[in-house]
Amino acid sequence: MAKKFELNKMEFWDGNYAASQALRQAQVDVVAAYPITPSTPIVENYGAYQANGYIDGEFVMVESEHAAMSGCVGAAAAGGRVATATSSQGFALMVEVLYQASGMRLPIVLTVVNRALASPLNVRGDHSDMYLGRDAGWIQLDAFNSQEAYDLTLCAFKIGEDLSVRLPVMVHQDGFTTSHKAQNVTPLQDDEAYKFVGDYIPVDDMLDFTRPVTHGAQTEEDWHYEHKAKQHKALMDSRTVIDRVFTELKELTGREYKRVETYMMEDAEIAMVLLGSSVETARFAAKQLRDKEGLKVGIIAPRVFRPFPFDLIRDAIDMSPNLKAIVCMDRSSPGGAMGTLFNEVSAAAYSTKNRPIMTNYIYGLGGRDFGIAEIQRIMKEQKAHADAGYITTEIQQLSGVRGPKLGFFTTRRN
Amino acid sequence: MSKGLQGTDKRGIRELGGEKKVGWDEVSQGVVLHSFDTKIENAAFLKAEDREYSDFNSYIANVASWRVMKPVYNRDICIDCQNCWVWCPDTSIISRDKQMLGIDYNHCKGCGICVEVCPTNPKSLLMFDEKIDNDDALASWPEKKKKEKK
Repeated sequence: MAKKFELNKMEFWDGNYAASQALRQAQVDVVAAYPITPSTPIVENYGAYQANGYIDGEFVMVESEHAAMSGCVGAAAAGGRVATATSSQGFALMVEVLYQASGMRLPIVLTVVNRALASPLNVRGDHSDMYLGRDAGWIQLDAFNSQEAYDLTLCAFKIGEDLSVRLPVMVHQDGFTTSHKAQNVTPLQDDEAYKFVGDYIPVDDMLDFTRPVTHGAQTEEDWHYEHKAKQHKALMDSRTVIDRVFTELKELTGREYKRVETYMMEDAEIAMVLLGSSVETARFAAKQLRDKEGLKVGIIAPRVFRPFPFDLIRDAIDMSPNLKAIVCMDRSSPGGAMGTLFNEVSAAAYSTKNRPIMTNYIYGLGGRDFGIAEIQRIMKEQKAHADAGYITTEIQQLSGVRGPKLGFFTTRRN
Repeated sequence: MSKGLQGTDKRGIRELGGEKKVGWDEVSQGVVLHSFDTKIENAAFLKAEDREYSDFNSYIANVASWRVMKPVYNRDICIDCQNCWVWCPDTSIISRDKQMLGIDYNHCKGCGICVEVCPTNPKSLLMFDEKIDNDDALASWPEKKKKEKK
C-alpha cells in the first residue's frame, strides 16, 4: 500500500513538480522514462516517490526515448496505467512509437514540456515538439501555468482511459516559463485526486490469460484504412468526453476549463489566437490596451490542440459580431508554410458568417521573449487592417527577430 | 493421421484476414486479434486440435504460401527422437505421444532447421523443391552413408 502525501491547501509548485504530483496521485503502474531538459524533474520526482514508497508501481529506466515510449506501449498493452515525460529531441525520437500507441488505442499519458527542436541546439521553450505530434493521433491538452499542468494531467487519465475514447493523451506546458517557474497551486488531496481519476479499467490486456490477444497486428490495403477511420472518429468524438471531464473537475474544484478559452471576445473587434504560457501575457496586454486606448481586443486560446476545436473556434468567432481581424501566433518554425494555427483557425473562420481578416505571426522561437509591448504593437497592427478593410502588411510576419523586417505574401486586391 | 492435424477439417482453408470484410464501425478497436471468441480457462492443457480457435487465430489459416523449399518426412527411417519437434521455430512438426506424424505444410516456412538437427543416417527429413511430389521425393531418398575409416 502506497504511502500518502499531506498536501497544503495551497502549494508553491513549478509546472514539472505539479505534473509529477498528478502522476503520483493517479498511481501510475509503469513509468518508463529517459531524462531530457526541461522535463527531467517530472520523472526524476516520480522515481523518488516510487523509491520512497509513495507509489505501488514500477519505474523503468531505459536507454532512449524511443525505448521509453516502447516500454509504455508494452506496459499499457499488458493492462497497466502508464505515463512518461519528454521534451524536444526526446519527443522527436518518440514519434515513431507515438503513432503505434494511438493506433493500438492505448491510453498512455505523456507530459510534454515544450522545447525547441535542433538545429541549432536549444533547450528553451517553443512549440516545435508540440506541433510535431499533431498528426500522431493523440489528444493534446495545453496548460498555460502550473495549476493547469496539474489539473490537466489528472484530466488526461480520465479522458484517455474513458472506454469510448481509449486514446493516448499529451499534456503540454512551456519549457522553463511554466516548467521551472514556481506558482501557487491548489492541489487535491491524494484520496480526492485518485477518486476523480478512478481505477484503471483494462481493455484487451495481455495479462488476462483467459483471453489470449494479439496487439499490434499488421494490416495492408484491405484493412488499414478502416482501422484508421475508426481511430480518427474516436479522436473526433473524444470532444464530448473532454467537455464532460472538464465539467466534473469544475464541480470538484471550481476551476473551469474549456476546449477553447476565450477572453473578452463578446465585443471584440480584434482577436489574437495563441497557445501556451504566452496566453496569460496576451490577456494582460489586451486588458491594458482596452483600458488605456479603448481598443477592443479579445484572446482565443485553444486549450485542446487535438482534437482541433473547429466547432468552438467558430463559436468564438460567431459570438463576436464586430470581429474584423484575427492574428494567429505560431511559436514554431513552419518550415516553408503558413503557421499551423493560422491554417487551422483560418479554415474554421472560412465557414463563419463574418469571415474576419486572417494574418499570421511566427514568434518566440527557441525561447525568444514575447513581451507586452510587442503583443500590443501586433494588436494595433490588426486594428489598422480592420480599419483599412484589407491586410496592410505581409500575411505572414516574424515577430521579435533581429535584422531586416521579414514577411511573406500580400493580399490580392482588385 | 488423426483428426484436424493437417490439411483436413478446418485447417488451412483460407488466407488469414480474407474472410468477411467489414466496415470501420465493425473492425476491432486497436487492431487486436483474439485467439478465442470466448474466455478459455485451460488452454495450456489442451492439444491444439482440441481448442476452439477463433477465425483470427492463424491455426486455421494457411500462412505458408510463399515457401519455395519444403521438408519431406520419411517414416521408415525416423527414430522418433523429437529433435525436429523441439527445434522447429513455427510448431510445424506434428508429434503426438512422442510419435512423429509429419509436417504441417500450412505453417512450415521451409527454413530447414528440422533437417539440420535430424540425427539419423540417412536423414529422416530432407529439403526438396516445393513443386516436387512427396512420393517422388521419398522414391529418390539417398542410401545410408558408410562411415569412413580413419
